[in-house]
Amino acid sequence: MLKKKHYLALGAVVLTALLILSLPQRATSRLKLAASSLFLPLFGLLNTAQQLPGDAANAVMPRHALVKEITELQNQNQQLRIQMMQAAAIGRENDQLRALVAWQRQAPWKLKLANVVMRDPANWWRTVQIDLGKRDGVVENMPALTPEGLVGRVSAVGFARSQVVLLGDPNCRVSAMVENPTHDIGIISASGPLDSSLVDLTYLSGNADLKPGENVVTSGEGGIFPRGIFIGQIVDSRPVEFGLYTEARVKLSANLGGLEQIWVLSQ
Amino acid sequence: MNPLNSILILAAAFLAVFGEAAFPLLHHWLGAQVDLLPALMVCAALNTDMVTVSLLAVLGGMGFDALSENPFGVSILPLFAVGFVIYVRRDLILRELPFAQFVLGAMASAVTPGLTVLLLLTGGQNPLLGWGSIWQWLVMTAGGAAATPIVFEFFNWCQQTLGYQPQTETTFRPDREIRRDKKLK
Repeated sequence: MLKKKHYLALGAVVLTALLILSLPQRATSRLKLAASSLFLPLFGLLNTAQQLPGDAANAVMPRHALVKEITELQNQNQQLRIQMMQAAAIGRENDQLRALVAWQRQAPWKLKLANVVMRDPANWWRTVQIDLGKRDGVVENMPALTPEGLVGRVSAVGFARSQVVLLGDPNCRVSAMVENPTHDIGIISASGPLDSSLVDLTYLSGNADLKPGENVVTSGEGGIFPRGIFIGQIVDSRPVEFGLYTEARVKLSANLGGLEQIWVLSQ
Repeated sequence: MNPLNSILILAAAFLAVFGEAAFPLLHHWLGAQVDLLPALMVCAALNTDMVTVSLLAVLGGMGFDALSENPFGVSILPLFAVGFVIYVRRDLILRELPFAQFVLGAMASAVTPGLTVLLLLTGGQNPLLGWGSIWQWLVMTAGGAAATPIVFEFFNWCQQTLGYQPQTETTFRPDREIRRDKKLK
């Protein structure tokens, strides 16, 4: 049965666990970063191993294919330049109109590209880690997005890595607006643990008239996410709490299950 | 106790946590990631001493939490609880039988996430739970159960390959060899 050394081990482990759990938030964060940095060499090795096939493929790529690709990219670049000129003209016009009605001018977005290096090993959280940190100017609560739409926000920052909490995680709530005539505003919150492409849009007004396919964007309220980032589209809606408010399911435009690169947005 | 087994188990825990975070293939296919730490804990509790069980719980739990959104240290107690119970009762367990290993792996893989979620809820956290969590729990249980006999086989193989094997003594002695050479007669 139980011997003295068993009691000692039991006491030591329970004491260690309680001590760590009762540490202040700041100390815990530092300990967590220190422990996660032990895995950095392995992530470096993995990254190198993943790049090797790509490098090998590039080395054997024929010249005519490269020339063709360059030509296509040049054409695309010219198109984008023209679109940018048009966007700049619209931006100037927008600024003038904003000045006329004394609205605050929106700051331009600054984007930083980050690679997703790992996913949360626990099934009850929805987070990823990226290879940008304090040294790259990343701070907490910066929005993270892909060209398809919003994916989440930075929740913890280390020196060279950061944690991004994704949409659908209970710790990532976003004020969102439906692009319909009434501009209904609700909160994007957690959905089921299995399907990462669907989230719930809750606390919409009881008389909200939502139609499937309507776009959902960030509302700009809350101070973290700027207004107008695309989130997804309404799938269906239903009244809850005896019609007190409406809840809708939103199909996310970004594929959270297959994230490889994301943009971190700083204003 | 063989220190090689303890070192191998701790190294395997480090790699297992890294693998779970870096290779989310199972999560894509089945909707849940299988945790290998409970399977390693079963192996440690049956084959090593209490120090290794404690170290695996503390270091493995801290490593898991470091890469997760879990509060740091929350995975230590569930892992240790499983390892401690198995260690105390290990004389009653037929540890060589793959079926026993399978059942223990299933129980450990079912209990560990359950206790962790319970601790999270007790601590005021709000983990992502729903009806789909039952499926995730079943996948974790089945995956952990299937992994446990493999983990045992792996460590047995490592022990045979890398560990010290005592030389078996034979009854043959050169000084007592009977020579049948004609010259000596």
